[in-house]
Amino acid sequence: MNRRFRPEDLLNWLSGLTMVAALYLVFLYAPREATMGDVQRIFYFHVSSAWVGFFAFFITLVSGIAYLRTRRRRWDIVALSSVEIGLTFTAMAVITGSIWAKPTWNAWWPWQQEPRLILVTILLLIYLSYLMLRAFLEGEERKARFAAVYGIVAFASVPLTFMSIRLWQRLHPVVFEREAITWPRRCWPPFSSVSSPSLSSTSHCCFIAYGWGSWGTRPKD
Amino acid sequence: MNFLNKVLTIVWKDVMAELRTKEMFSSMLVFALLLIVIFNFSFELRVDKVAQVVPGVLWVTFAFAGTLELNRSLALEMENGCLEGLFLAPMDRSVIYFGKMLGNLIFISVIEALMLPIFSVVFELNLIQPSLLITIFLGTVGFAAVGTLLSAMAVNTRAREVMLPVLLFPIILPVVISAVKVTAGILDGLPLGDLAQWLRVLIGFDIIFLVVSYMTFDYVAEG
Amino acid sequence: MIQIQGLVKSFGHTYALQGVDLEMAQGEFLTIVGPNGAGKTTLLRILATLAKPTDGLVRIDGLDLASRGNEIRRRIGFVSHQSLIYANLTAEENLRFYGRIYDVPALEERVETLLNLVGLEARRHDPARNLSRGMLQRLAIARAIIHQPTLMLLDEPYTGLDQQATEMLRQLLQTVSTESRTVIMTTHDLQRALELCDRLAILAKGRIVYQTESASLTLADLQQIYWRHAENGLTREKAQI
Repeated sequence: MNRRFRPEDLLNWLSGLTMVAALYLVFLYAPREATMGDVQRIFYFHVSSAWVGFFAFFITLVSGIAYLRTRRRRWDIVALSSVEIGLTFTAMAVITGSIWAKPTWNAWWPWQQEPRLILVTILLLIYLSYLMLRAFLEGEERKARFAAVYGIVAFASVPLTFMSIRLWQRLHPVVFEREAITWPRRCWPPFSSVSSPSLSSTSHCCFIAYGWGSWGTRPKD
Repeated sequence: MNFLNKVLTIVWKDVMAELRTKEMFSSMLVFALLLIVIFNFSFELRVDKVAQVVPGVLWVTFAFAGTLELNRSLALEMENGCLEGLFLAPMDRSVIYFGKMLGNLIFISVIEALMLPIFSVVFELNLIQPSLLITIFLGTVGFAAVGTLLSAMAVNTRAREVMLPVLLFPIILPVVISAVKVTAGILDGLPLGDLAQWLRVLIGFDIIFLVVSYMTFDYVAEG
Repeated sequence: MIQIQGLVKSFGHTYALQGVDLEMAQGEFLTIVGPNGAGKTTLLRILATLAKPTDGLVRIDGLDLASRGNEIRRRIGFVSHQSLIYANLTAEENLRFYGRIYDVPALEERVETLLNLVGLEARRHDPARNLSRGMLQRLAIARAIIHQPTLMLLDEPYTGLDQQATEMLRQLLQTVSTESRTVIMTTHDLQRALELCDRLAILAKGRIVYQTESASLTLADLQQIYWRHAENGLTREKAQI
């Protein structure tokens, strides 16, 4: 194997290691939760995935703006990669959320009780619309330009959707309130990204590695 | 004011063209009527819940009819390449944006105004209330604001008519949710104080969407 | 009046224009001929500010294309494949519309004059969708000159016209081009190409491969030259006679 060592490889290794560490922490280190049992462990994956999904959305916004200003194709590549990553992680968040919801609330998709499900669905739909827009457009330059605009408009819209849903119903089993779930003692305070630091950072590392990797494998023109 | 004159010229052009053929109006009206009939049959068995579904039915109808209008409006510009005629003129791209947006707003509002009495009769509710009219107007403003921008994008794609709803509906949700909420509140007879909060939210959304659409339209309008 | 240096236009990996250099003085009439896909339409669209160059310098009347778009648009009249006429509006309403967005002063008079010029005063109240292709083309020219542009860009204006319409158009173009206007016309038709122009250029594969003053050029000469240059690596295309 004569591959040259690339900067991306470092991130790949880091992601791999932290992922193993996170798996250990989630399944072995964190104690069993009192009311929900082992199924609560999926929460670490679920919340982190959701965070990455949203973060990817933010990256799409930033690279969209960067593309419109600089017109350099690399920003478009970052935006597209970001959407693909965001789509994957959001889909994971949806699936893990559903798996968690069934034993907890006895429903696969209780979006009457849980408005955040709507939000995540919307995000998923927007990602898909973004990809559809690109697929049905002719011309690289136009694809990049329109997609960037759509990313900006979508990013303006999603927080507003969140606001209106929040105003509409207030039923999420709030992780931010202490009464809702009794977090096992050895865990950090009930903020999702902190309670499973390794998992979240693992996700972020994967994300960065992927993005960097896409940039590294961009067509050289 | 030169800017305003040109915006109004574009609006005038759209209105004149539509008055001559009325093809957009007739198709929107027929479509909206069909929707009412379908909804009526869908919910017929649950008569006691009619008042509850009215806000949703109302806004679904407006959204679909509105999408029809947005598509038609841009399609008419694409005929004979007239959109390029607009781009050739020595004016800001935002003139084109506001001109089309106002035109869209007017057309959709007219259809909504025509539909309200019909809805009132079918659902046996009085829908011609000032507060409701304001709400509907505000919701339509947000819809037209983003819709104009996205229809300009969608019209360039291969799947023209399908692309617009796909792009528009996830984005326009905040406006639809708020509008439905206020409509429901008005029909339930909630006092204005509670509704005021939602109306403020709706106005806020409208402003945000208008600004974002206006600012990004230039990029869509480039060569 | 027009300065083009090293104009390049690419769409992804395809190059429509690969370095075009061109200069024109005020009042000149230039015809550009070339096979399909040579880049003629792209060139005109860039000059009309409807497309952005990938690279190169373009100046019209001393104004830089990239930065002074609106001022340039004021001076340009563009006639393309499509008429840019609203089918549901009448001929008169179309002209009035364009007159307004171009800030044309004394609009009613101007519309009157133009309708007479292009021979459409009898059809002024007809919706444009009822006009024949020839009439539509004439209306398109009226639209293009309503604001007294100093540069006219005509993209294959004779396409799809019958004999009578072609003749009317030729006369109209002759009138229009003597008003000290600079004109660039593209066409497939070599005979039409020679009729009105001062200069002629052949565009092939995104480059200008031949330029000449056309006064002394005969049709036979032109055909020979055309085949020689346009044929370079391209499949044969029949030039219309």
